[in-house]
Amino acid sequence: MNPRRLVLIAAPYAWLLALFMVPFLIVLKISLSDTAVAIPPYAPTFDLSAGWAGIREFFGGLDFENFIWLTEDDLYWKSYLSSMKIAAVATFLTLLAGYPVAYAMSRAKPEWRPTLMMLIILPFWSSALIRVYAWIGILQSEGYLNQLLLWSGVIDTPLSILNTQVAVYIGIVYTYLPFMILPIYASLEKMDESLLEAAEDLGCTRITAFWRVTFPLSKPGIIAGCFLVFIPSLGEFVIPSILGGSQTLMIGKVLWEEFFSNRDWPVASAVAVVLLLILVIPIVLFQRNEERNA
Amino acid sequence: MESKPAPAPFAPWEDAAAHPLIRFEGVTKRFGDFTAVSDLNLKIYPREFFALLGPSGCGKTTLMRMLAGFETPTEGTIWLDGQNIAPVPPNKRPVNMMFQSYALFPHLSVWDNIAFGLRRAGKDKETVRARVEEMLRLTRLDQFARRKPHQISGGQRQRVALARSLALGPKLLLLDEPLGALDKKLRQDTQFELMDIQEKTGTTFVIVTHDQEEAMTVASRVAVMDAGRLCQVDTPQHIYETPNSRYVADFIGEVSIIEGRVAALGEEAEIAYAEGARPIVTRTGGAALEPGQSVFYAIRPEKIWVGAAPHPDRINSVEGTIVDIGYLGDVSTYHVRLDTGQMVKALMTNAERYAASRFTWNDRVWLSWSRHAGVVLAS
Amino acid sequence: MKRSMSVFNMTTLTLGLAFLYLPMLLLMVYSFNASRLVTVWAGFSTQWYGELLRNQQFLDAAWVTLRVAVVSSTLATVLGTMAAWVLVRERRFLGRTLFSGMIYAPLVMPEVITGLSLLLLFIAIGLDRGILTIILAHTTFAMCYVSVVVSSRLVTFDRSLEEAALDLGCSPMQAFGHVTLPIIAPAVVSGWLLAFTLSLDDLVIASFTSGPSSTTLPIKIFSSMRLGVSPEINALSTILISIVAVGVVVAALVSKRQIARRETEEREGLT
Repeated sequence: MNPRRLVLIAAPYAWLLALFMVPFLIVLKISLSDTAVAIPPYAPTFDLSAGWAGIREFFGGLDFENFIWLTEDDLYWKSYLSSMKIAAVATFLTLLAGYPVAYAMSRAKPEWRPTLMMLIILPFWSSALIRVYAWIGILQSEGYLNQLLLWSGVIDTPLSILNTQVAVYIGIVYTYLPFMILPIYASLEKMDESLLEAAEDLGCTRITAFWRVTFPLSKPGIIAGCFLVFIPSLGEFVIPSILGGSQTLMIGKVLWEEFFSNRDWPVASAVAVVLLLILVIPIVLFQRNEERNA
Repeated sequence: MESKPAPAPFAPWEDAAAHPLIRFEGVTKRFGDFTAVSDLNLKIYPREFFALLGPSGCGKTTLMRMLAGFETPTEGTIWLDGQNIAPVPPNKRPVNMMFQSYALFPHLSVWDNIAFGLRRAGKDKETVRARVEEMLRLTRLDQFARRKPHQISGGQRQRVALARSLALGPKLLLLDEPLGALDKKLRQDTQFELMDIQEKTGTTFVIVTHDQEEAMTVASRVAVMDAGRLCQVDTPQHIYETPNSRYVADFIGEVSIIEGRVAALGEEAEIAYAEGARPIVTRTGGAALEPGQSVFYAIRPEKIWVGAAPHPDRINSVEGTIVDIGYLGDVSTYHVRLDTGQMVKALMTNAERYAASRFTWNDRVWLSWSRHAGVVLAS
Repeated sequence: MKRSMSVFNMTTLTLGLAFLYLPMLLLMVYSFNASRLVTVWAGFSTQWYGELLRNQQFLDAAWVTLRVAVVSSTLATVLGTMAAWVLVRERRFLGRTLFSGMIYAPLVMPEVITGLSLLLLFIAIGLDRGILTIILAHTTFAMCYVSVVVSSRLVTFDRSLEEAALDLGCSPMQAFGHVTLPIIAPAVVSGWLLAFTLSLDDLVIASFTSGPSSTTLPIKIFSSMRLGVSPEINALSTILISIVAVGVVVAALVSKRQIARRETEEREGLT
């Protein structure tokens, strides 16, 4: 192997090993350790100066206690379940909101499509934090939405939406809508218009033509979009912590609090490992879907 | 099918004392399990216009990429001007290549594309300018010098690619399907331009193509390749008139092939091809044949005369029925089924506009040809 | 035949875009509100922008954020482009699967886990948390985004261009510098921009990897947000949204004009 090629491979490889792989192994290791009142707050620590005995002692000190703890304290499995439920419902809502938009985009005049694309992508470039924050002003009890509803006489007392799961759903739909629209649009856009004409020629109405031709052909886009929304929603921290209030349980938030408030690093690490294990399933399914449609 | 005779005095391959520019010595190239080129020996001489001809996947492109330095032989040696070029990287070889896609740098103007190699070679400004302008004149691109590659037509791009690869004055220029992207009319004009430029610059050209007409038109010698081997290396005329195998005969131009057996052997051979039919009488052209050997008789359609009765001066005459006629304007091709079952193609020039086209479907006709018309092939 | 847009499709598009843009518009409008009560309009004022500019904490955080973003996105672009090259061009080397896995994994890794794991690493090796650790963290995940952007361009790159450069006397390094880099430059630039905005916007990973003296703007915004809506944050958000919007729109218009110019040139060239 020539030296140029070696450097080219080694530089990014070494960087990723040191700052992605090694940290991940540390998380794995700490998740098997015990909490200790010390700095760092876990035991055992790796002590190479003690030689072979030190290594044996180190491995002897590792166990699955934290993982057992996760199953015993219902806070954890409840928050895993609730994360999955929130992510799944929010993904479905995003699909409901995103599909018509993607469909309308694909029917727009070709010269308009790049502009529409840009309008959909533009919000993605600005901070998610700010975009989620914008909803506080809308949803809070004296917010714009309640003002509008009270003024129009639809309701008498302000609705409390902020700090509920509804607010979290709105936040996820709002944040990840472009992720749903773009893949669906991509699959609809490359569809041949003459397919619909053929379907109508063969006796379909506009609506049956949609269900029998357009919708099945956009399925790869729908599946890709759903994964692209579901996967990041599952570990979401910003949205539940800003919009969800104390009663919304999501695992990203639990991990954060376990770490920053309780300083329980081994449990936080165990929470992280389990979250990753859960995520592996949709990621692998997504990968398969992408490969099949490549 | 016209064949261009090579200029009479230029035939270094017949001169045992001539030094080849390139010599392939037992060259084999394998990619994993696949053998792209197998045990190949070949000499190419200075100032030759040499064509590598074959279907896709026959190894011709691999051969060319080994010359350019993008592949190294698995076995064997390639000598360029007496030097083994295996250890020389592509940027150090006195060889330039014109790519099939032209590979013009899209971010550089025509001028800068042509100057690219000269600048890398560290030529001073004045030399670069003079050489680029010479190349622009040679390829008639003067007024396009400032344009970018996407601003000129396909034919102009082809000429830029040629100018760029010639700018460094290489000993050897490799052309990978240089005309493949052009339409037919432009292609024919460009073929003659290529020959003209090759003659002017005196550079050795090696062209890879799958278009037999193109190879025949431009080349001094043609190498027909199949499955990593050279089938025949010869002048276009020899390739056409005396192919050495059914594969070559079939690959170049139209041919009818009749299977038979050597029935008698003397100065002329008699080929028996069917029970009860008169054997075909033919010159053997020095091929080593044995009585009783099974052979193939190959004959080109334009060598066959079609008439209502046998031609009096031609030694071979057979009767058959017309099953198909292809009218091409200048000529017509008749597909005739002989009474013994073989299919033979015959070509007739349409010399008169309304010759009340003498023959039509299902007509009985006689096909006649001379003893020199066809060749006997052992394989 | 092209069907014209139906009323239904028009309505859907309008509603969809309104949903995406209305919250941000409201936020921007109310940043010019005179009242401290954010949701009650009390006349036009730019006082919150003035207060923002006098708020030293915000200015410090902005300065930290900018430095982190510039350095980490530049590092990420260099490493990410190298990684993209390796992904596309190096078909065989030891641990290639692991390599491509490490490129794609950070894209789907929840930020809390990335942040947590990096923090644990920095503690384990005794690296004090500060600007350096944020830069290291941001470079790591941004390089993966850059390499995805650049590799999608490299895949469609005509390799015979590089071979032509070698053929004309370039060393492999020169071929990259003279031919490959200028051609893939737009992808490298958009990779840099992506890395830059990712670093600018990141809250979670920065929270884990920053120290007391290196608070970034998102961290500052987040801690203020927990106290509810405030007009200063509205003003700050408005500034940030405007910068990004202007940047993206200008970039889009420039590339659109280039494409348009190229097309007219092509038409002229062929006549």
